Amino acid sequence: MLRHAVFAACAVTVLAGQTWAEIAPADIVWQEGAIAQPLADQPGDPESGKKIMTTNALGNCVACHLIGTMPDVQFQGNIGPALDGAASRYTEAQLRGIVVDSKKTFEGTEMPAMYKTSGFIRPGNAYTGKAAPADLPPILSAQQIEDVVAYLLTLKE
Amino acid sequence: MMLRKSRTTIAALALGAVTLGMTPALADPHPDAELVVNGEITIPTRGTAPAYLDGHLTELYSGWLFREDETRAMQMDDFDNPAMVFTDAGLEAWDTVEGTEGKSCATCHHEIESMAGVRAAMPKYNEKAGDLWSLEEYINACRTERMGAEKLKWNSDKMKAMTLALSIQSRGMPISVNIDGPSKPYWEQGREIYYTRYGQLEMSCANCHEDNWGNMIRADHLSQGHINAFPVYRLKDAGVVSIHQRFVGCVRDTRAETFEAGSPEFKALELYVASRGVGLAIEGAGVRP
Ligand code: HEC
Ligand code: HEC
Repeated sequence: MLRHAVFAACAVTVLAGQTWAEIAPADIVWQEGAIAQPLADQPGDPESGKKIMTTNALGNCVACHLIGTMPDVQFQGNIGPALDGAASRYTEAQLRGIVVDSKKTFEGTEMPAMYKTSGFIRPGNAYTGKAAPADLPPILSAQQIEDVVAYLLTLKE
Repeated sequence: MMLRKSRTTIAALALGAVTLGMTPALADPHPDAELVVNGEITIPTRGTAPAYLDGHLTELYSGWLFREDETRAMQMDDFDNPAMVFTDAGLEAWDTVEGTEGKSCATCHHEIESMAGVRAAMPKYNEKAGDLWSLEEYINACRTERMGAEKLKWNSDKMKAMTLALSIQSRGMPISVNIDGPSKPYWEQGREIYYTRYGQLEMSCANCHEDNWGNMIRADHLSQGHINAFPVYRLKDAGVVSIHQRFVGCVRDTRAETFEAGSPEFKALELYVASRGVGLAIEGAGVRP
């Protein structure tokens, strides 16, 4: 109930052309692995999304996925399926859910959750090998998730 | 050929590679390369997986088969293998007197060839210590208890030189670790660690080396993650990498807090990973990109 109230309040602020705060990982409203509501106030920027998806220290999606629309990006991996046509297979809400925490869509998948901050075994501080700080940030920020989703939405078949 | 879900994506990748005009990515281990070192020591690089892997692996493939032609060639000739400089330092240390007792390794053990088979059985339960010991610990026990020399650090150059010199004495010998009796609880702990999804990426050893060997993770061609070629020379680091150092790197890459080299956890993992390679042989001084 409370969640619905928050949702409505957000919708109102959008109509008024104002901004609202980011949605924290713990506050996400899930619908069967999908997330209808954007996590950040700014609309996603696909160009920035592409950068995030190809940067090792950020999303590094190309470590595991081939993306045919990025022929300039070398050494794309094949742990997961090719992402071409992803937007024809999934809705925006489903894509957001997959990027935030793919294990809610694909049980036991190798794909890491990009917007999750707890529930890990021996979490580290990024790639230092040292213990994580108490307030471990998610791998991607709310806005970065929206940027990635915006790029994925361009992948129509 | 094994059937795994990811095989389908290889076909997709190959197709994509053609349309993109890139060279098709590698997939499987080299189909027929043979590892013959210096034209005389033939080392088997394929084997049948032990029954206790329950079919998770059926064929075993040495990491050597997943590397590029040039890297494989370097490991086939000791003149080209950059690890051999370090190995020579280890061979020299074998005969060098150190410590308060005026002894070298050779004083007690004579020719280093007497060490044939030792590396192949490591890590091994030590009755007297009542603990599982890696080769590094056996070396240090000789140094401190019998030679009166100082302990070597696990990942020091001197330690790696000695483990290299000992490893090449077992070249071509089958991995023969004991996993029964007092070793059993360590083996079970190691298996538990192998399948635990650590870190913020929530990935286990098995996610990469059991579910996805043969696949590409970015530019890396994933092998089955065996330790039969260790210590290896890593071209990228221009240095020798110990078994536990490799474990540290892999766990760190899952955005996890790693265990330390020489920790009980990594010794148990070493025993379990070694046992996954029973069917392969010790290569001694592998070369990796
Ligand atoms: C470590 C590997 C890995 C990384 C990194 C990774 N993924 Fe995935 N992804 C997978 C796997 C494996 C699947 C298939 C799901 C399954 O397990 O069945 C998948 C599935 C997907 C799907 C559904 C594709 C389909 O057609 O069914 C999308 C979309 C996706 N990933 C997007 C991304 C994005 C965007 C990123 C980066 C922000 C990313 N992935 C990073 C491994 C990865
Ligand atoms: C995120 C992926 C990933 C995970 C998880 C991972 N590794 Fe690796 N590992 C690699 C890559 C990439 C390499 C280098 C290419 C290769 O040999 O597979 C490698 C190499 C190795 C090697 C060297 C093999 C050789 O012949 O040179 C060993 C041994 C190894 N890993 C063991 C482990 C163990 C044990 C774990 C778990 C504690 C683990 N790995 C977890 C990615 C991973």
